[in-house]
Amino acid sequence: MIVAEQKPLEEIRRMIAPYQRVLILGCGTCMTVCDAGGELEVSFLHNALQLAQARSGDVAHTFYEHTLKRQCDPEFLGLLDEKTADVDVILSLGCGIGVQAVAERLPDMPVLPGVNTSFMGMTKESGVWDERCAACGDCRLEDTAGICPITRCTKGILNGPCAGPKKGKCEANKDMDCAWILIYQRLERLQQLDKMRRYYPPRNYRPIPRPRRITSKAGTMAGEGNG
Amino acid sequence: MANSIFEEKLGSNDFIVTTEVGPPKSVDVSEMVHHIELLKDKVDAINITDHQSSVMRFPSIGGCLVVKELGGEPILQMTCRDRNRLALEAELLLAYSRGITNVLCLTGDSVDVGDHKEAKPVFDLDSVQLLKMIRTLESGTDMGGNELKAVPHFCIGATVHPEADFIEPQLIKFDKKVAAGAQFMQTQGIFDLASLRRFMQYASQFKIKILAGIIVLSSAGMARYMNNNVPGIIVSQAIIDELAAVEKGKGLQKGIEIAARMIKTIREENLCHGVHIMAVGNEKIVPDILEAAELVNA
Ligand code: SF4
Ligand code: SF4
Repeated sequence: MIVAEQKPLEEIRRMIAPYQRVLILGCGTCMTVCDAGGELEVSFLHNALQLAQARSGDVAHTFYEHTLKRQCDPEFLGLLDEKTADVDVILSLGCGIGVQAVAERLPDMPVLPGVNTSFMGMTKESGVWDERCAACGDCRLEDTAGICPITRCTKGILNGPCAGPKKGKCEANKDMDCAWILIYQRLERLQQLDKMRRYYPPRNYRPIPRPRRITSKAGTMAGEGNG
Repeated sequence: MANSIFEEKLGSNDFIVTTEVGPPKSVDVSEMVHHIELLKDKVDAINITDHQSSVMRFPSIGGCLVVKELGGEPILQMTCRDRNRLALEAELLLAYSRGITNVLCLTGDSVDVGDHKEAKPVFDLDSVQLLKMIRTLESGTDMGGNELKAVPHFCIGATVHPEADFIEPQLIKFDKKVAAGAQFMQTQGIFDLASLRRFMQYASQFKIKILAGIIVLSSAGMARYMNNNVPGIIVSQAIIDELAAVEKGKGLQKGIEIAARMIKTIREENLCHGVHIMAVGNEKIVPDILEAAELVNA
């Protein structure tokens, strides 16, 4: 899933300052799971903004709340039309994709990002999310025992560890496991160390000229025509 | 024919001595020039570091040009941290055209340990890929597969870490560097000769020259600092204790003594093919170490 963090309240207040009627728009999918912009966070943020406004003494904004099942999906965006007739701005708590999808749908409506979209990752434990994939477009997890060196090694290097790890931790961050030590240990366990001994050539960045697009090949089975 | 004086030396049976000079964070290079002049005739080659510890400085290639001008033998340290493959290739063309033909291929420290923590880390290549890329240039094409009108030839090396606290994956990487064409290795700092002996039992099966890295410490505090902050470095407790035992102000003298003692043992016992002395900021004491190690006319 996509993981994000809500922006600081002060930044949000600065962004909405020019607008009167503000719709705080949550997203029911990833942003709900990472506690950054689901229904609950929408209502917390609503309260926080209201309180800050009351404290500052000026009644500048009227707030509305709504949460879509998914902001990144046109199927759900249709529901927005009736919700936005009487608002001046949308403060989206969707990820960067959600914000853009809403903006594309509503050409005349300013849309503001309420979260900082951080990475693709997983829930490590309650309240902790870890990055796991950088969408490199050429997945090499087969060769690295299911541990991604591109994401989990700070340098994203492909031929084994740098000289930096100490006690299994990365030179860049003593709290972070060195990805290449993890890869080594798991390959050893799986008796696949030959995979680490292989030479891996430099990455091909051509699959990544931005923005990327994937078109489903209608009428073909999944995986067919990949060659 | 050898591609450099240093490569010729690598082909001999002589004990090899290299050292390194760190360029300044300045446009005034007079101190660096002074260090190079002091060292150029006392060692077989001088590495010029490449934004060591990810701290921005005068560039390695610039320092190498100065070594050349002064009649010394430079080793261009090249990390993959700051340049993509185009920039690395281009710099190698520049180096060769100026007679700089020894290259030490490094992945480079993480940006996070340096003084520009907000910089974009590049790492388009890693050290093994950089070694291979140089061999590709020598075969007449760049990484895009395009022909070079005139072809460079280099003497290439890399680093290895015999004292890593988890050695097996480091040895796999070592094998890959050898297979990629490395002709010499300068090791990370050695603080315990037992680990060098162990490593050499393994490394001696390969046809590659190993120069043991000797870091000159000036105090127990510096040793502890390095243990906590410098990637990979692990100063042994025995050395820390030895440094801690001397009276204040005598630390550097002790550090010189320790370095010289290690170099002497390495040479007398023929533990490896030479040493690479890293005085980190204290370049001017390298001649004292050479003298104390009885290597003056190396
Ligand atoms: S190799 Fe890593 S970054 Fe690339 S697709 Fe696989 S998990 Fe994602
Ligand atoms: S210590 Fe490990 S994870 Fe960190 S940069 Fe080096 S190889 Fe990558």
